[in-house]
Amino acid sequence: MNTPASNQNHRGVSLRVSGLRKSFGDLEVLRGLDFDVKAGETFVIMGPSGSGKSVLLKHLIGLEEPDAGEILIDGQPILSPEVMAQYRLAMVFQSGALLTSLTVAENVGLYLTEHRLKTPEEIARIVADKLEVVGLKGAEDKMPSELSGGMKKRVAIARALVIEPQLILYDEPTSELDPLSAVVIAEEIVHLQARIGVTSLVVSHDRELAFGVANRIAVINEGRILALGTPEQIQQSTDPLVKEFLHAGFRRHA
Amino acid sequence: MFQNIGEMLVLFWRTLLALPQAWRQRQKVFEQFFEIANASLLMVCILSFFIGAVIALQTGPVLVERGLASAVGGVVGVSICKELAPVMMSILIAGRIGSAMAAEIGSMRVYQEIDALRTMNINPIHYLVLPRIIAIIAALPLLVVFAILVGWLGGSFVSMLNHQIDIPSPSFFSTLRDVVMIKDVANGVFKSFIFAGIVGVVSCHQGLITLGGPRGIGRSVTKAVVNSIVLIVIFDYLLTRILMS
Repeated sequence: MNTPASNQNHRGVSLRVSGLRKSFGDLEVLRGLDFDVKAGETFVIMGPSGSGKSVLLKHLIGLEEPDAGEILIDGQPILSPEVMAQYRLAMVFQSGALLTSLTVAENVGLYLTEHRLKTPEEIARIVADKLEVVGLKGAEDKMPSELSGGMKKRVAIARALVIEPQLILYDEPTSELDPLSAVVIAEEIVHLQARIGVTSLVVSHDRELAFGVANRIAVINEGRILALGTPEQIQQSTDPLVKEFLHAGFRRHA
Repeated sequence: MFQNIGEMLVLFWRTLLALPQAWRQRQKVFEQFFEIANASLLMVCILSFFIGAVIALQTGPVLVERGLASAVGGVVGVSICKELAPVMMSILIAGRIGSAMAAEIGSMRVYQEIDALRTMNINPIHYLVLPRIIAIIAALPLLVVFAILVGWLGGSFVSMLNHQIDIPSPSFFSTLRDVVMIKDVANGVFKSFIFAGIVGVVSCHQGLITLGGPRGIGRSVTKAVVNSIVLIVIFDYLLTRILMS
C-alpha cells in the first residue's frame, strides 16, 4: 500500500477523461466519454438511472479499469499506483459505505488511524471538528445503524473531509434524502469548494442539486455525453433527450 | 474451480507478503483471536468430550472381548490426537468461524465498505484478511490441543463407567502414555495449522468475491464452509501420507 500524499497540499486537481470505454459482458456501459474538469471546479454529471454515471465514478477513483481510453489527474494516468499515492482522493458513496462495525468517530478517523498520521488525541479533535462541520456534533459514539440516511451521508462527507482531499467524488449525494437534508448536503458541497478549493465531481440525477452547485454540467445517457456546459448552457440545450430529462415531471391527467 | 484455486493462492501469497504489517494490526489480531477462541471453546469441549466417549464406546467392548483391554487407551489416544481432534475441530471452526468471516467480509463487499477502504488507500488484505488469518492460525492449534485433552478425558470416562469396558482411569492413561508419542500430538497440531490456513484463506476469499445482495452473501457463506471442509478432508489424506513416510 502506498504512503498517502502529504496533507500539506490543499489545491484542487484537474481531471481529463478521454475516450473512456467499458463493457460488462455484451453490455457497453461507457461508449467513449471525453471531458475535462478544471482544478477547483464543481463538475456535475447528470443522467437517468443506468446511464453509466456510477461506473464512471468507479473508474475515476481507480476501482474499475477501463477497456479503452484514459483518465489523467493533473496530466498523469490515474491507474498508476504511484500517481494515486501522490494525490488525496475521496469518495462519498451513494449508500455512505460506512464500516458498520465501527462507531461514527472510528469511521471518520479511519484514514488517519490506519495511516498513523496523527496521535489519537489529535485524531479525536479532528473527528470532532469535521463532525461539527457537517452538523453532527456529539455523534462520535453512535453506530452507523443508529443513524438516518441523511446522517450517514453527512458522516461519509466528514470521513472524506478528514482526508483533506484534492478531488472529492460524490455518488448521488442527495438520493433517499428528505428535501431539508438534501439542501444541507448541497450547501456543504458549495461551502467546501469555497473554503478549501477542492475539485468536486458530483454524479446525480437530482436537477435542483445539479443546477445549485455546478460550475459545469455534463448530461450523459447510455454511456455518451449528450451535452456539456455551464448550467445556463445546459438549460438552453436543444438536444431532445436533454430537454426531456430536464423537464420531466409528473402531471395528473383528469 | 481452477480460477478460484488460483485466486486463493494469490490471496495467500499477498497475505504472506503483508506479514510485516502484522504488528501494526495486532489489535485486530487480538480481537479476532478472542472472538474465535471465545466463540468456540465451549463447543470444542463438548464436541471433543463426546468424540472421545463414542470412540471408546465403539472400540472398547470389541477390544476387551478379544482380550485387548490394554489397547483401549492407545486406540482412543492415537485416533483422537492424530485424526479426530484436528479434523473435527477444523470442520467445527469452518462452520462457526469461517462462515462468519465470509459473511462479514461478503457483506462489506456488497455494501461497498471495501471500496470505501480502497478509496482511503487502506489495503483490504492488511485491514481485513491478515488479522483474521493470523488469528485463526494461532487459535485453531490451541483449540486442537484442548480438544485432544478433553477427548482423552471423554474416552477414559466412558471406559471407566461402561460395564462392557470397565477400565479404570489410571490404567486407561497408562496404556495411552505407552502408545501415544509426543510426535503423534505434534502431527495433529501441525495438521491443524494447515487446516486453519485453509479455512482462513477460503473464507476470506469467498467474502472478497461476493456479488449481489443478501443472497450472494448466503451463497458465499455456504461455499466457504463446503469448500473448506472438502479441502480439509483432501489435505488430511495428503498430510497423513506425508507424515507417515
